[in-house]
Amino acid sequence: MQLSETISTGFLFLAPWLVFFPVIGLLINLIFGGRMSEKAIGWVASAASGAAFVVSVLLAYSVSAAHGEVLRWTLAPWMHVGDLAIDWTFRADSLSTTMMLVVSGVGTLIHIYAIGYMHEDVRFKSDLGRYRRFFVFLNLFIAMMMILVSGDSYMMLFVGWEGVGLCSFLLIGFWYDMDTLGRPSWANSNAAKKAFITNRIGDFGFLLAGFLMFWKLGSFQFDSVFEAAAEVAHNEPWVIVAITLFMLIGVAGKSAQIPLYVWLPDAMAGPTPVSALIHAATMVTAGVYLVTRSSELYTLVPQAQYIVAMVGAATALFAATIAVGQYDIKKVLAYSTISQLGFMVAAVGMGAYVAGMFHLVTHAFFKALLFLSAGSVILGLERGHHHLAHHGGHGGGHHEEVFDPGDMRNMGGLRKTMPVTFWLYMIGTLALAGIFPFAGFWSKDEILLDASLHYPTVYILLSIAAFFTAFYMGRQIWMVFFGEARHDAAAHAEESKPIITAPLMVLAALSILGGALNLPFEGFHNLGHWLEYTLHEVEALPLNLQVAGISTALALTAIVVSWLIYGRKPLTKGQPDPLKKPLGLIFTGMENKWFVDEGYWAVFVNRYVDISRFLADYVDWRFWHDFVHDKVIAGTYNWLSTIALNDYADQKVINWFFDGWGRATQWLSATTRKVQNGFVRSYALSIMLGVVVILGYLLLKP
Amino acid sequence: MVPVNYYIILSAILFTIGALGVLVRRNPLIMFMSIELMLNSANLAMVAFSSAIKSLSGQIFVFFVIAVAAAEVAVGLALIVQIFKSRHTINVDEMNSLKG
Repeated sequence: MQLSETISTGFLFLAPWLVFFPVIGLLINLIFGGRMSEKAIGWVASAASGAAFVVSVLLAYSVSAAHGEVLRWTLAPWMHVGDLAIDWTFRADSLSTTMMLVVSGVGTLIHIYAIGYMHEDVRFKSDLGRYRRFFVFLNLFIAMMMILVSGDSYMMLFVGWEGVGLCSFLLIGFWYDMDTLGRPSWANSNAAKKAFITNRIGDFGFLLAGFLMFWKLGSFQFDSVFEAAAEVAHNEPWVIVAITLFMLIGVAGKSAQIPLYVWLPDAMAGPTPVSALIHAATMVTAGVYLVTRSSELYTLVPQAQYIVAMVGAATALFAATIAVGQYDIKKVLAYSTISQLGFMVAAVGMGAYVAGMFHLVTHAFFKALLFLSAGSVILGLERGHHHLAHHGGHGGGHHEEVFDPGDMRNMGGLRKTMPVTFWLYMIGTLALAGIFPFAGFWSKDEILLDASLHYPTVYILLSIAAFFTAFYMGRQIWMVFFGEARHDAAAHAEESKPIITAPLMVLAALSILGGALNLPFEGFHNLGHWLEYTLHEVEALPLNLQVAGISTALALTAIVVSWLIYGRKPLTKGQPDPLKKPLGLIFTGMENKWFVDEGYWAVFVNRYVDISRFLADYVDWRFWHDFVHDKVIAGTYNWLSTIALNDYADQKVINWFFDGWGRATQWLSATTRKVQNGFVRSYALSIMLGVVVILGYLLLKP
Repeated sequence: MVPVNYYIILSAILFTIGALGVLVRRNPLIMFMSIELMLNSANLAMVAFSSAIKSLSGQIFVFFVIAVAAAEVAVGLALIVQIFKSRHTINVDEMNSLKG
């Protein structure tokens, strides 16, 4: 019995090491990192993440060996209060191991990339000390993300959820004392705060969902919740609707959906590996994971599903339009990420969980690839810029101007100077645009196919979004890699080292082949069958040539259109975007993110600032400080001490008493001194009188 | 036998004269004589009582008092001689340098 159990749970006992390995890496770098070389620090962190990947593989193998049974490993009890019982229980099933593999796999590649990237980044920003801190944060992130995906209860998931939010905050504000161009400013810290606060709003929704869940369903543990949900959904359907919609607020925060997506573009203030790992591949997909994990709740309430799907689809289209008007290479990718997250959320909202997870996985590959390649491009321009600064002489004060290595208007022609990066970027772009046979084609098509069958509105929105996706990626390619260099730095850009390009090649391979995970042919629904263990009732759809054809046609059209606008006649130095004139106000809107940030400022943030100012200025400063403290407390104290106690009690009473004592002594001594007059005879008389008195007393006493 | 009252009255009269002498006179020699008078008035009273009650202890006291008085006069006269040497007067009213 004991033996057979050991066999059936396989490598499950390793589950806590998903978290322990990154924490060990973190501790080593934290404690000994000061005496280690940069290479050692980077490789320790990468090894820690790699070890977590190995554990993930072993866990996935165990799940597969157990035929998809849910495996649990309780590490320690956490909270046992009344009816509430939460343990640190790790859960390995097909869904969580999928997430683990993505997180630790892509995470490890990005760790390795970061060894090279941060080496240069800390030198461009002239603060070598932060190299170690970066890897400490990155390992902390992996640990937290592992808690998120491996928890067996909503509360443990929430611990990871908050933990990755913290890491996101720390890493967005990594260069906290400068802006993205390295000038002294608080811009990066403000971006970090924005991300954290926006996520707090989402977390608030998650917490409400959690409270409601415990109140009405009596548990946080996944399976108990799902079990209780079926009956509650029958009697009080509003409970499930409320839980799922509150959860959607959390999803909107973490996975950057309307209306809380605004933090993600600003999150690009973090170093590029962070943008790739946290703000594209893993953390932001936590919301999609949450919905998929709660699929049994969402399936019970189609109304909520519809709302989730519409939020996702609207986000997908909205963000895609903004991406068209951006000039920063990372901002384009950020909006693209929001848009792609919209695809995933729409998919899981429609109940197409496999499609959503499939897109999550492929997106992790190609978006990480794109971000890291963008990082390589930025480094290339930085190198070119440095090269010019050191070999200056021509142009004089020309290089004194602030140079933005992320601005696509400064690029152009990088195809020749950075060929490796160019090809990697091309692969990522084709995968994202959904061109056959790259990974993105298969996963996006699956979503579109599901949408076309069940939700026509969503299908139309997503198709338009897909068109824009291909268009803005085409625009980016033409602007960055084709044409002529629009800045001297771009002309002198240098290709990155293999430590940077090698992980990209792995990701590129995955972006090409990732579609094989779940091909829409009989017998190739691997991911679908795998996830079926956890999700049940998975719909395996065959390839629909019509849907696939339309989406491919849209993507190709978009690329051709982008070539007509940006590729045929490349941008020259200082030329405004060719779309600016024909589109007019619309382009201004896209360029300025449809003024959503400004709207939020006007409607929420400024009101909040007003309230804060009122509280600070009037309530705190004028009332509390000036009136209560200064007037009432200090005033009373002053009055008491100077007037009551000093003037009256001390000066008048106590001083008078002791002065009087002194005067009385003086008077007494002055008076009695006269007795001692120096005349012997008067002394004799005194003695005589004394004798008479004593004798008189003795004689006359009764 | 003369009654003891008479001795006591004489003793009181002598003591009073002595006391007045100490208080009134300014010459230390006279004052010493007055003191001797007071001592001897007391001696007289003690001798009288001693003979009245047939006990010798009073008379032994008197011997002591006479001896002490002699010693006292010796010291006192020596002091007076020294004071006279330094101040050329022995008027007790002028010797008041210890007044408060």
